[in-house]
Amino acid sequence: MMAFTIAGRELRSLFISPLAWSILAVVQLILAYMFLTQLDLFMALQSRLLGVEGAPGVTEIIAAPLLGNAAVVLLLVVPMLTMRLVSEERRAQTLSLLFSAPLSMSEIVLGKFLGVMGFLLIMVLMIVLMPLSLLVGGSLDLGMLLAGVLGLVLLLASFAALGLFMSTLTEQPTIAAVSSFGVLLLLWIIDWAGGNDASQVSELFAYLSLLRHFESLLKGVFDSADVIYYLLFVTLFLVMSIRRLDADRLQH
Amino acid sequence: MTSENILVQVDQLSRFFGPLRALDEISFEVKKGEVLGFLGPNGAGKSTTMRVLSGNLAPSAGRVRICGIDLLDQPKQAKALLGYLPDQPPLYRELTVDEYLRYCARLNRIPAPQRKNALDVAKQRCGLTAVGRRLIGNLSKGYRQRVGIAQAIIHSPAVVILDEPTVGLDPIQIREIRNLISELRDEHSVILSTHILPEVQTVCDRVQIINKGQLVLSDSIAGLQQRMRGESLWLTLRQPPETAALEQVVGEGRVESLGDGHFRIHAEQLEQQAERLVIEAVANGWGLSEIRPERMNLEQIFVDITSSEHGVGAERVVS
Repeated sequence: MMAFTIAGRELRSLFISPLAWSILAVVQLILAYMFLTQLDLFMALQSRLLGVEGAPGVTEIIAAPLLGNAAVVLLLVVPMLTMRLVSEERRAQTLSLLFSAPLSMSEIVLGKFLGVMGFLLIMVLMIVLMPLSLLVGGSLDLGMLLAGVLGLVLLLASFAALGLFMSTLTEQPTIAAVSSFGVLLLLWIIDWAGGNDASQVSELFAYLSLLRHFESLLKGVFDSADVIYYLLFVTLFLVMSIRRLDADRLQH
Repeated sequence: MTSENILVQVDQLSRFFGPLRALDEISFEVKKGEVLGFLGPNGAGKSTTMRVLSGNLAPSAGRVRICGIDLLDQPKQAKALLGYLPDQPPLYRELTVDEYLRYCARLNRIPAPQRKNALDVAKQRCGLTAVGRRLIGNLSKGYRQRVGIAQAIIHSPAVVILDEPTVGLDPIQIREIRNLISELRDEHSVILSTHILPEVQTVCDRVQIINKGQLVLSDSIAGLQQRMRGESLWLTLRQPPETAALEQVVGEGRVESLGDGHFRIHAEQLEQQAERLVIEAVANGWGLSEIRPERMNLEQIFVDITSSEHGVGAERVVS
């Protein structure tokens, strides 16, 4: 599968530059700090929670907020990873290497997407190791954690697909980064509109929100509608990227 | 010539950029083992043609067939038979030469067992064996250009398309690249674009001149040289006689005195004229110091071909 060849090079190039390492380090540091504060909170609450019926457990107090925070931090980080995917190649005129090789556009786009996803999966793995370390001294609700991790991965896939599409639109990586960040943030908060009245419009906005679907997964509620939302989101932007790259060769 | 021997077939190719007509119904063929030179001034449509042929740009109209496979209908199969070096070599500066070429080998679907061999052959042919482990970003421009060529030939494609491969190289590197192109001829067809005339003369079998998106000349190298041979002689004498005396020697032709002992002689049958002039000069002690046929340069040929009414085959206008 040629997409994996391209993905391999993307990943390699990321790790050759200091960018990937510094992003991994900074994200890990910030999330570790958040993890520790949550842990502190749990320790303080632990004695009081003991007697309460149906009180939130370790997973709810530590893991779910950690994953939620990770989503916000990565909302800032993913555009920086995806911005160069196509725009940098377009600027350095290396895109013609891919265009003149026996590859289809979908393989190119899929390869780029998988490359970034590979990096993001490494990052998610590093993040999940933190709550998993609690297994040494206690037990976790693994099902809930898994749902949360699945939510995070799907969310990041959506970020990456949108970032990739923005990168195909421009020659300037910074423009790609700013616009992906803008659109992602807008989609994040779009459910604020008409938050109180239950009109059709606000329902639509709530449905569009990236955050809404993530929240239910974080609570451990696995609804196939949420998963399908993310899959549709990813597919939409990947297909649009393919169309956009195809248009490069066509009539201007 | 059987059809199997025609590797590239371009039929009525047009390409518009908005209202601008970059290519206007270009048709040509490239045979096996042939080096075709594309000549043209800047903005004539050379690079556009190369980009269309390599599948980087879709034509507005017309067809391109590589070994009989349509580039638009079956792009993957057709592109597997192509190697392309754009005017800017598509290099990843952060990779080493080996890493980069290995990646190109993979992209071109060379099976894993043959990859190493393909890599070694391409490196050896392009003189890159010594720099395999260096970062592309640290290489000189000449070496980068070679990496670009290595990338284009690594999968031994039937057709190699090189867009201005010698731009920005020093004379020694240019000679090496030309030698390389001559070697490629044995196994591949090569399409080469350039605006340097000597390059065409040394490496190409056939030349096509393109101007304003139209093919204005398609000729063999011998044919081009025929066209380049001007219709005047340059003559320098240390003790020049009266112009009238020269005119007498030349007979039908016209003598243009440029002062300082320099003359330009316009005449039919230049060889005979030259011979007669040398004999007369020696006999009369004119002190012949220089006599040569005046050649037109590429620029003049362009002006010539493009200013004549129909281009190909039209009579040349002597200034």
